[in-house]
Amino acid sequence: MQGSIATTTTISEDAIHAHESTGHAEHPDLRVFGLIVFLISEGMLFFGLFAAYLTFRSVATSWPPEGTPELELLLPGINTIILVSSSFVIHQADSAIKENKVKAAQLWFLATFIMGAIFIAGQIYEYQHLEFGLTTNLFASTFYVLTGFHGLHVIIGLTLIASVLVRSLKVGHYSSTSHFGIEAASIYWHFVDIVWIILFLLLYIL
Amino acid sequence: MTQTLTPTQSSSAGAEPQKTPWWEFFTFSVDHKVIGIQYLVTSFMFYLIGGALASAVRVELATPDSDLVDPAFYNSLFTMHGTVMIFLWIVPAVTGGFGNYLVPLMIGARDMAFPRLNAIAFWLTIPAGLLLMGSFFVGPASTGWTAYPPLSILTDEHVGQAIWILSILLVGTSSILAAVNFIVTIWSMRMKGMDLFSMPLFCWAMMATSVLALLATPVLAGAMVLLGFDLLIGTNFFNPTGGGDPVVYQHLFWFYSHPAVYVMILPVFGIISEVIPPHSRKPIFGYKAIAYSSMMICALGLFVWAHHMFTSGTPDWLRVFFMVATLLVAVPTGIKVFSWVATLWGGKLRLDSPLLFAMGFISTFLIGGLSGVMLGSAPVDIHVHDTYFVVAHFHYVLFGGSVFGIYAGLYHWFPKMTGRMLNEFWGKIHFVLTFIGMHLTFGPMHILGLQGMPRRVAQYDPQFAPINMICTVGALILAFSTVPFVINAVYSWFKGEQAPDNPWNALTLEWTTSSPPIPHNWVGDPVLATGPYDYGEEYKEDRQEAIAAS
Repeated sequence: MQGSIATTTTISEDAIHAHESTGHAEHPDLRVFGLIVFLISEGMLFFGLFAAYLTFRSVATSWPPEGTPELELLLPGINTIILVSSSFVIHQADSAIKENKVKAAQLWFLATFIMGAIFIAGQIYEYQHLEFGLTTNLFASTFYVLTGFHGLHVIIGLTLIASVLVRSLKVGHYSSTSHFGIEAASIYWHFVDIVWIILFLLLYIL
Repeated sequence: MTQTLTPTQSSSAGAEPQKTPWWEFFTFSVDHKVIGIQYLVTSFMFYLIGGALASAVRVELATPDSDLVDPAFYNSLFTMHGTVMIFLWIVPAVTGGFGNYLVPLMIGARDMAFPRLNAIAFWLTIPAGLLLMGSFFVGPASTGWTAYPPLSILTDEHVGQAIWILSILLVGTSSILAAVNFIVTIWSMRMKGMDLFSMPLFCWAMMATSVLALLATPVLAGAMVLLGFDLLIGTNFFNPTGGGDPVVYQHLFWFYSHPAVYVMILPVFGIISEVIPPHSRKPIFGYKAIAYSSMMICALGLFVWAHHMFTSGTPDWLRVFFMVATLLVAVPTGIKVFSWVATLWGGKLRLDSPLLFAMGFISTFLIGGLSGVMLGSAPVDIHVHDTYFVVAHFHYVLFGGSVFGIYAGLYHWFPKMTGRMLNEFWGKIHFVLTFIGMHLTFGPMHILGLQGMPRRVAQYDPQFAPINMICTVGALILAFSTVPFVINAVYSWFKGEQAPDNPWNALTLEWTTSSPPIPHNWVGDPVLATGPYDYGEEYKEDRQEAIAAS
């Protein structure tokens, strides 16, 4: 009896040891699933804001309210084209790493980063030249909140891409068998892109 | 313990229990069991704080005059009471507390899918709670836990309201992260041989809860951000004088806050489904019905929010839609209640504290559910809108429902969590005091409401004075009832009788490991030999005899 207790004690010490040495690593296969589940909740955040926008709009007597300056379409149009095509570019990075082409993946990532940065620069330029402010009227407020929230997500996406780029410079960090970082940045970027398409249609076109 | 039914003997049953050193509960531990207990203890402290606020509210209402606190502070008292109880007590206790502790153990996993994310989710609730408590020093929010604009954007307590918004955003983030973790864990980390229909019902309930939290919480976050802009920057999303629409806030708010009701009650349904079978030695009646009804509540729960807005200028056709959807929720809920009662019927009941609280839950929740059906029908709702009838209803659901369920769960799993038994005698005293106090406090409020006493007022018509006095006495009994529990829990945790691995002879997987479980839960792999509720053949005859005798 005494002996068996001693054995079980050793086993549990081993268990503690295993528990410390693995450092509670997160389940590697589940990370993509987790990210997609999280993005569903992000999607609901934008869904709520879009729904609020549509309700404001449907209740208002005129939309946008009288006296709101017209939105320029040229710059955001170009911006949209850049952002949408960057989704294809980042997809190339994802495909490249799956074929173990690290250099190519890095280049595609760099291209995506530049395109995203241009998008943000364009948005800042647009903000500076708009003739209404955050509190001008309801349309202006929703415009800034929606585009601002999206811009924030683009910046988060850019941070992800930048950190993946820096890490990929470490030889062997990403390969055809280990590429969660690249996949995650790519999935996130597609999400940001989809949100922008809806947003562009709602705010500028319809 | 003459009954010889023993669950699967896993390799770690009888393993040396591992006491978690006390200081680990104050660290950023990533062990799901530590995080679960951290959630339970912190949220229970907020329960005591929220209870103190409620007692102050009730003492103020003992007499018709506003004589204890000034009316402005009274508004803060009930605002903070509601906020603390919902966001810092029930939601974190049932999802973060029980969910984190039990889900991996029940599905045979070593930990949650994302342990570090889990720790982050818990530690977000601490600053949220501290901020909210700190706001008492700068003038706390006083616009009700719903914070309806335009009142909440024109309030004098700007700082307090802003802190309130920040605090809600923090707990909201926490619950989204937790929901992601639960969904991935339950979906992907079940042990070999456990399919969806052989996992314990608590896991089904957590799945439904997490889906709700995942879909609804972000919408609240959006509403909070817009409200914050209105409050601090001067936009006019919800301010009608600036062209905004306060009803949009109500839609966004209730799109979260109605499902939040199910976030608070679904895990408790799960707890009750786990507590009743082992304490009545019977398989749960209608496993699949209970599992599906959780998912049905989850689906319906997302389409009933506007029943809080029957008087907010909602058009008639919409009121009918939301009324029908709301009344439909009674169907899956009724299925559950029926299944529990059928499980109890003819069982060998062991009337100890977990089962007492579970049966207290069923009876009280039933009353709350029935008054909910009344409120769900628009004509009645319009009549008793913003009266004490509403207060009575949701306290029957949230106190008689959630809190009773949490207590049932605490008594049931305390031996597993701490390795010690709770004292049964004081458990029964606790139950009796809580049960009497609860009905004495909230029962008479139905009458008050039907007679027309409005909620959220410090002064009221003297004709309501006698009944209010009864409610206040009940509230004081209720406040006192926590004393035996706290003493019992603290004493038993250190000095209680040693708990065996499986004190209730239960069959779910968490009872096959040691009490308390070792790090990473099992030595070797957990073994799944029976279904979670196979209280099989040897009891069948007993049951039939009991049924025949009745």
